[in-house]
Amino acid sequence: MSMTDNRPLLEMTGINKVFHKEVLRIESLSLDKGLIYGVIGPSGAGKSTLLRIINLLTPPTRGTYRFMGEAFENGNDRERLRIQREMALVFQRTLLFRESVRHNIAYGLKARRVPRKDIEKRVDELLAYLGMEGLAHRRGDTLSGGEAQRVAIARAVAFEPKLLLLDEPTANLDPRNIALIEDMILSMKRDKGITVVMVTHNVFQAKRIADEVIFIDEGRIVETGPVERVFSSEAHVKTRAYVEGRMIY
Amino acid sequence: MSRIGEGILEALRMIVSLDPDLIRIVGLSLWVSLSAILIATILGVSLGTWLGLKSEKKTRLINKVIFTLMGMPPVVAGLIIYLILSRQGPLGVLGLLYTPRAMIIAQVFLAFPIITGLTMVGIRAKGQVIEETARSLGADSRFAAWTVVKESRIAILGAVITGFGRVVAEVGAVMMVGGNIDGRTRVMTTAIVLETRKGNFELAIGLGLILLSLSFFVNSVLYSIQKGGDVHDG
Repeated sequence: MSMTDNRPLLEMTGINKVFHKEVLRIESLSLDKGLIYGVIGPSGAGKSTLLRIINLLTPPTRGTYRFMGEAFENGNDRERLRIQREMALVFQRTLLFRESVRHNIAYGLKARRVPRKDIEKRVDELLAYLGMEGLAHRRGDTLSGGEAQRVAIARAVAFEPKLLLLDEPTANLDPRNIALIEDMILSMKRDKGITVVMVTHNVFQAKRIADEVIFIDEGRIVETGPVERVFSSEAHVKTRAYVEGRMIY
Repeated sequence: MSRIGEGILEALRMIVSLDPDLIRIVGLSLWVSLSAILIATILGVSLGTWLGLKSEKKTRLINKVIFTLMGMPPVVAGLIIYLILSRQGPLGVLGLLYTPRAMIIAQVFLAFPIITGLTMVGIRAKGQVIEETARSLGADSRFAAWTVVKESRIAILGAVITGFGRVVAEVGAVMMVGGNIDGRTRVMTTAIVLETRKGNFELAIGLGLILLSLSFFVNSVLYSIQKGGDVHDG
């Protein structure tokens, strides 16, 4: 893709997801390259479902989904895998494989059949870049919560995805680890140009690191916009109620 | 007590003298049981993984059948395989009855449901989370399934150990389809039955102790592999 390509990274129109009932409806959502999107909203609003749909881990029931300008047809597994390989999703409850941190970080590269020599080089570079060399030989399932989450993010960016999806990456972490992870996210955007969509319950975190905010309530996107506007008096009345802690669930 | 003592001495004597009959019986026992476990592991782990990743609702009937087969008496398994392999049976033309191959088939029939069922239970515990994690990192379905198997290796090796315990100790099925023919299909368990019937208790005890020792050795190897998957590598 050329540098002058101004198409959105992802466009979704008229998307919905029905399980037993409709759990998410997105009239229109567009993600631009190189930005950090903070997804906020009450529990059960559909934030995690939004990430799963973006990742196509849960394909939408209907609607138009375009990634880098190319439409995805439901049921096309090959195309789904191709799109999934352009992005990474880090779950709220991180699962690291019962292998070393090195192996964990190399996983996405192995899945893409990158030659072993290149994998070694890229893992070494990433560990050095993130200052995580000390963890390289620890086993994934023996790390603390903060370390595990940092490794999970490192694992997700090792193959340099265009889109990084994070589901509450700092939930239940101490302030130091929160700061480390926020730094990681910001540096991914700054140095690698990765677009980030991050679900967070912490509105202050969204304010700190997001460029754009997506506010979801009851399975609908109530508002999207630059962080300054969403946190100002111009925001939608529901967004303001949520941000100011006045929303009654 | 003296019989057991004499049995231990008999076992030692057979081992030290490298008794050719003993070597043949032990060799055949290991060949039959290890071949059966290998085949049952390939089939059982594949099916167990597939079932473990499916929703329980969709596989309820299959689950019930597998759990029932897990407790199947060896003589019933032997009878079924006997009928299939006997001259009038559907596979009678293959002429497998009273051969080590028939014994392997019978033991696969016994171990397969155990390995399938225990693998399925082990994978169901965390398999879906592992599969989703793998897919979220760009794994295709085959690579994701392999990751699930690797991550569930402790549960799977537990299933293999249980399956091995089942086949190495069983006598009914191999007796029925193997016939306990001296020099051809006699294995340790059938030899123990025969020697006991003949009143050669010392020899039977000796064979029993050797069987226990072999079982201990194979299980120790499997257990070490299982624990190896649980060792901190940093």
